[in-house]
Amino acid sequence: MSRIERLAQTLQEVLGEKALEVLVDRGEVTLRVSAADYPVVAELLRDHPDLAFEQLIDLSGLDYSGYGNRPWPGPRFAVAVHLLSLQHNVRLRLKTFAEDDEFPMLPSLIEVWPSVDWYEREAFDLFGILFEGHPDLRRILTDYGFVGHPLRKDFPVSGHVEMRYDPHLRRVIYQPVTIEPRVNAPRIVREAHYGDVDHG
Amino acid sequence: MAEIRNYTINFGPQHPSAHGVLRLILELDGEVVERADPHIGLLHRGTEKLAETRTWVQSVPYMDRLDYVSMMCNEHAYCMAIERLLGIEVPIRAQYIRVMFDEITRILNHLLNIGTHALDIGAMTMVLYTFREREDLMDAYEAVSGARMHAAYYRPGGVYRDLPDQMPKYQVSKVKDEKRVRELNRNREGSLLDFLEDFTERFPKYLDDYHELLTDNRIWKQRTVGIGVVSPEQALAWGFTGPMLRGSGVAWDLRKKQPYEVYDQLEFDVPVGTNGDCYDRYLVRMEEMRQSNRIIKQCIDWLRKNPGPVITDNHKVAPPPRAKMKEGMEELIHHFKLMTEGIHVPPGEVYAAVEHPKGEFGVYAVSDGANKPYRVKLRAPGFAHLSAMDRMARGHLVADVVAIIGTMDIVFGEIDR
Repeated sequence: MSRIERLAQTLQEVLGEKALEVLVDRGEVTLRVSAADYPVVAELLRDHPDLAFEQLIDLSGLDYSGYGNRPWPGPRFAVAVHLLSLQHNVRLRLKTFAEDDEFPMLPSLIEVWPSVDWYEREAFDLFGILFEGHPDLRRILTDYGFVGHPLRKDFPVSGHVEMRYDPHLRRVIYQPVTIEPRVNAPRIVREAHYGDVDHG
Repeated sequence: MAEIRNYTINFGPQHPSAHGVLRLILELDGEVVERADPHIGLLHRGTEKLAETRTWVQSVPYMDRLDYVSMMCNEHAYCMAIERLLGIEVPIRAQYIRVMFDEITRILNHLLNIGTHALDIGAMTMVLYTFREREDLMDAYEAVSGARMHAAYYRPGGVYRDLPDQMPKYQVSKVKDEKRVRELNRNREGSLLDFLEDFTERFPKYLDDYHELLTDNRIWKQRTVGIGVVSPEQALAWGFTGPMLRGSGVAWDLRKKQPYEVYDQLEFDVPVGTNGDCYDRYLVRMEEMRQSNRIIKQCIDWLRKNPGPVITDNHKVAPPPRAKMKEGMEELIHHFKLMTEGIHVPPGEVYAAVEHPKGEFGVYAVSDGANKPYRVKLRAPGFAHLSAMDRMARGHLVADVVAIIGTMDIVFGEIDR
């Protein structure tokens, strides 16, 4: 049995009902849990000797509206956490969907892995996902006073405002964007298996 | 009694030792840092958002501009993510070329880091020497891709083209006479591999020179020994990777532990520090350069003996050779579909990580089956390192903040993305 399969089995055994889904795909394990179980599972993942995920490598926000160029049936916002266990030399992706689309909120993992600090700030900044219990949830990448969450699918690539120097007012001002959005190669989803490398 | 006042100072964003556009709010008690609050995002270009609006291959040049001192390693992680999503194999020669250029990139990065770090804390000479060596390696970049920095050389399925048979040469001009040009072109008469071999012969000597300049230098040691000490437990909890983690004594290197490409067939050692201070991290980086040199030598040897394809022959991923396109209908169609619509990547998600010179550089790619990524998340090592700035700088003097920024090897392209 490979390391990946063993990990998937251990996850099922340790987490039981809490693991909504354990998916093994392309040599990677994805564990999906509910928002309520998220911090408990995180702590288990770190402290259980057979799992021992000491390091949080990455936390990424996700906006599923528009996935596959179709309306998305489930909750819109999710968070994918990438964990690394140095002891067992395995990686794990922990995924959680935020229940409310209008006000996406998830518990913060700051108590479990301190390195999640800036990653949660980033997910808040770019997706507007709120992390309950985070001590300092400020914007991080966008400008001071920025409005909106740029990585949401309904946020245009060119943004809403642009900045320029106004010679009359003698200061920098914001104005609505003047660039016309342009698409060179449209986004296309073909029939299933169209892109598979062994497809005719 | 003297009155003691607390200061809040703004370090950067325009400060030469902030290594880019770091704005650091320092709360000081006298000269001791009480709190450091980095404000980042001044170089935010929205790479992740842009990648969503372009086809998979079109985003490769954006990756160069993330960490703009280790360009090809960024491309590597991105191409690896696409390859894993597609489930394609990379030809063995392309794997060796990639490994060789990854290690060239590692030397490029560490040379810049050590040179500028030394410059920041008072050793002017280092940067002059390290930039001399960087020049040679950038010429190798140029010979293979046409660009000195932003190469866009790696492609999903391999590399753009095979290594060139000749090096670009200097030409006689108003400032360079014939004698000088002949001297400059001495190691450029053969192929790129000859040029690189010449470099690998010279480089250990240069490294010894650097050691002589810095390693026992009293001022250098005063400024780095015992500064920014990170324990192994802290390094793990704060998400450190790469030399920042190994400097603290954790022997973790993805090239050894989770080997990708052909790293499992090459001989090299992983240097590890003991004290976890700036000086140990400097020593780790110095030794990594020597190991990279070793890897490059092995790759040159292998590449000399084994010609072969450098990009996959699957024309759903890589365009067919130009000569075939002129005659074959099928090749023409493949080329047209690839250039207009791009690769269709089957739905799914992967996380591909490489041992980048700064740490673990990962690409989390989500595909919904379209010709464009659904989401690309770039995991930059510097982001995690800088987030620990507050914890590392607390209790140190203002001057040590500069040493800590230097040792973190911060490049804003990757942190702000």
